[in-house]
Amino acid sequence: MTRMRDRITGWGFVAPALLWTIAFFVVPFVVMGAMSLATMKGRTLIWGFSFENYAELAEKAYLWRAILVSLEITLTVTVVSVLLAYPLAWIIAFRVPERWRRLALLLSILPFWTSYVVRSYAWLLVLAREGVVNKALIGLGLISEPVTLANTRFATVTGFVHFFVMLLTLTIYANLIQLSPNYRRAAMDLGANALQTFRHVILPLTLPGIVTGAFLTFVLCIGDYVTPQILGGNTELTVPQVIMVQLGRRADFPLASALAIVLMGIVTLAYLASARWLRLDRI
Amino acid sequence: MMRALPWAYLLAAFVFIYLPVGALVLFSFQSGSLPVPPFNGPSLRWYGEILGDADLMEALRNSLFVAFGSSSVAVSLGFLAAYGLARHVLPGSVFARGLLIAPLTVSYLIVGLGLLIVLTRSGLGLSLWTAGIGHVVINLPLAFAIIYASMGAQQQNAERAARDLGANEAQVIGLITVPILLPSIAAAFFLSVTLSWDEFIISFLLTRFDVTLPVEIWSLLRSGLSPRLNAIGSLVFLISITVVLFLEILVFRRRK
Repeated sequence: MTRMRDRITGWGFVAPALLWTIAFFVVPFVVMGAMSLATMKGRTLIWGFSFENYAELAEKAYLWRAILVSLEITLTVTVVSVLLAYPLAWIIAFRVPERWRRLALLLSILPFWTSYVVRSYAWLLVLAREGVVNKALIGLGLISEPVTLANTRFATVTGFVHFFVMLLTLTIYANLIQLSPNYRRAAMDLGANALQTFRHVILPLTLPGIVTGAFLTFVLCIGDYVTPQILGGNTELTVPQVIMVQLGRRADFPLASALAIVLMGIVTLAYLASARWLRLDRI
Repeated sequence: MMRALPWAYLLAAFVFIYLPVGALVLFSFQSGSLPVPPFNGPSLRWYGEILGDADLMEALRNSLFVAFGSSSVAVSLGFLAAYGLARHVLPGSVFARGLLIAPLTVSYLIVGLGLLIVLTRSGLGLSLWTAGIGHVVINLPLAFAIIYASMGAQQQNAERAARDLGANEAQVIGLITVPILLPSIAAAFFLSVTLSWDEFIISFLLTRFDVTLPVEIWSLLRSGLSPRLNAIGSLVFLISITVVLFLEILVFRRRK
């Protein structure tokens, strides 16, 4: 009897959060799934069970182009960010004197807290034709005419890399700092040089941290609308941008829903591909 | 030469990391009307202008309202759920935990899109309240996870002792559990506040006439580069940093 009462009070505590999640997350999600199987006839919505929207993704070039563009940008960003962040995390963990370490880490991730919109605008400022980078390059005599940097894929990738280098530095640093120095000493004692130690000892041990950070990068990058919209200059559209176009101008909710489902499918595939090394509980 | 290499890399990395923020803040003090070199200032002209702008200040108040309101709800619900799951033996608790964490795995755009469809289909309007509902959805999993992770066996002993001494459940929670868990509750709250304060896409999809600050900034972006945007961006950054540093001092210093 007391066990029964214990259960009832227990569920009483959990119920508000569960009901909130069901009402405002699960239900909308299911409705969105159903919406992806509906169709638009002119401006009226017809509920049903059709895979028309998904077929359209394969047929219409601007739709599958968007999926390709999203994948290309996301993969580039993930690889470049890991390559830039690893040495930074390494230096902070092993080269910076211990009493400055916390400060160095804090400083290297502080701009992480600028809002998304403001951060992308700040990059627009830096990369504009009249901006800081062009003025500096002209001042140094490296170029004579300003180069187009803003409103390109390069700008989108730069904006993303800036954000994710900070995120990855944090996850890789957390991994590096946990390594016992004994591993390195043992490898050195056994005659490995610095490169061999890194290749055969440190890198395999830090792989979970790298993969976890890379997975987060992939997920956040492929779902972002703001950065490509502000910095990419509408020359090529990513999936989130196409979703927003469907919502705005055309009010085509079914197609937008189908694109959202495809986006989730890609993230699920990325998860399955990296699941072996993922340590999401360690974040 | 080789010894200097790490320091050169560190310097280059910091230049890259601080370049946009530096340009943002520096040219917010520009006295001319374009936020690009050469710098002619310093001047507080643009700060004066944004502080006198009724729309921006309205949006700023809306943002604070949504951030603190949604975080209070998210942390309260998250705390209750964590308490229920950590202190009561419940069948199906693995499923409940999974469901509570699930929104973390879905991008904000999709959370917003789902809510937008339901809200417009059911004829409920869009407002600051609906944006707040969306922010609770994304912050509840974090608040729950942070508080749940800090509910250890040690506190449970203190709770049992209180119960043996005749405290009822409400007294146990109010006098024992909450005070002991205050650092992680505060961490969850301020993290939630910063995330909501900066959040754009859900607010963009779910507000209509009254908007939050990131949405207002978004609409100003259409008119191109302007020191006004630099000033408001710097102000937003300053507020975020204040909350983060507050969190660092309040929560993490204590742990040592």
